[in-house]
Amino acid sequence: MQAHPLLRLSTCFLPASGARSFLRHAVHATLLACALMAAAASTAKEAALASDDPVMDAKVTRIAAELRCLVCQNQTIADSNADLAVDLRRQVREMLTRGDTERQILDYMTARYGDFVLYRPPLKASTAVLWFAPGVLLVVGVGTLVWVLRRRGRLSADRFEPDIDPYEDADDNDPTAARPVKPS
Amino acid sequence: MKSLRFLLPLGVFLVLCVFLGIGLGLNPREVPSPLIGKPAPAFSLPRLDDAQQSIKREDLLGKVWMLNVWASWCAPCREEHPLVVDMAKRQVLPIYGLNYKDQRSAATGWLANLGNPYVATLVDADGRVGIDFGVYGVPETFIVDKQGMVRLKHTGPLTPDVVRDKIEPLVKQLQAQG
Repeated sequence: MQAHPLLRLSTCFLPASGARSFLRHAVHATLLACALMAAAASTAKEAALASDDPVMDAKVTRIAAELRCLVCQNQTIADSNADLAVDLRRQVREMLTRGDTERQILDYMTARYGDFVLYRPPLKASTAVLWFAPGVLLVVGVGTLVWVLRRRGRLSADRFEPDIDPYEDADDNDPTAARPVKPS
Repeated sequence: MKSLRFLLPLGVFLVLCVFLGIGLGLNPREVPSPLIGKPAPAFSLPRLDDAQQSIKREDLLGKVWMLNVWASWCAPCREEHPLVVDMAKRQVLPIYGLNYKDQRSAATGWLANLGNPYVATLVDADGRVGIDFGVYGVPETFIVDKQGMVRLKHTGPLTPDVVRDKIEPLVKQLQAQG
């Protein structure tokens, strides 16, 4: 099969279950799957609830919601139906059954996929910009605004162009002239 | 002082352009692997050609080797495969396949059709070793050094540029080391 040129550059991200049998359409299916994920999110939530232990299910879903699905990157593994997300939910469930803590599970995932899997990345040197840049930008922006306004406030009135009074030029003798209504 | 009023916003704008330009050039799929410089995960997996025999991580210590993650259902794997076959022909380094979440018969047929560049293919039917290696999209390629440390990860199909400019120099350097 001559693959579509766009697909030549692409990685075959793991297709949703069932797509595998359509060998030749695997990549198409994957691209489609990413597009359909949003629509399928509700199904995915149900897929996560696979056992008859609601407490365990809630725990699995809570931890899975902290983890990014690397296949469809803007989804958590709780929301995604990608094969890998299914496998990772299974992994979370097994680790919980084994008695591992949430911390241990998140560490396990980070050791394999890096900080990128965490929707709440840890605060460390490499993520400092990520955490602090928005606040710094806000402070700098507000600071600049205050500085400019105060400086302008100290300038004398003749440094500014005179305000144009919209009522001044209105020709009272021309009834057709569009004229702003002066508020009473 | 007066010119600063114009130069400052221009400067800020240029800095912003540089950052946005870098951002455009980044591939969000290229997630840096935390495994680089760390020991390769332990595994013990059956061979594709003989399920009775298995290969462990320890068996491969002492040589620089490549792990190529592939599956018969993966179209980009087909795209990169001639490159892998070519690397094997030129004996760049021993290449091991990791057949990821595949069916044995489909995988065997795929290799028979397209050529088998692998010293051995390991079968990771349920994808657990894949998870240990942080695999999230096939194909993926890892270079492991003589001490069993992961030295390089490439996500997505190999390209002639990647093989020539990244993999081959690194392999030469690693093979020269003790």
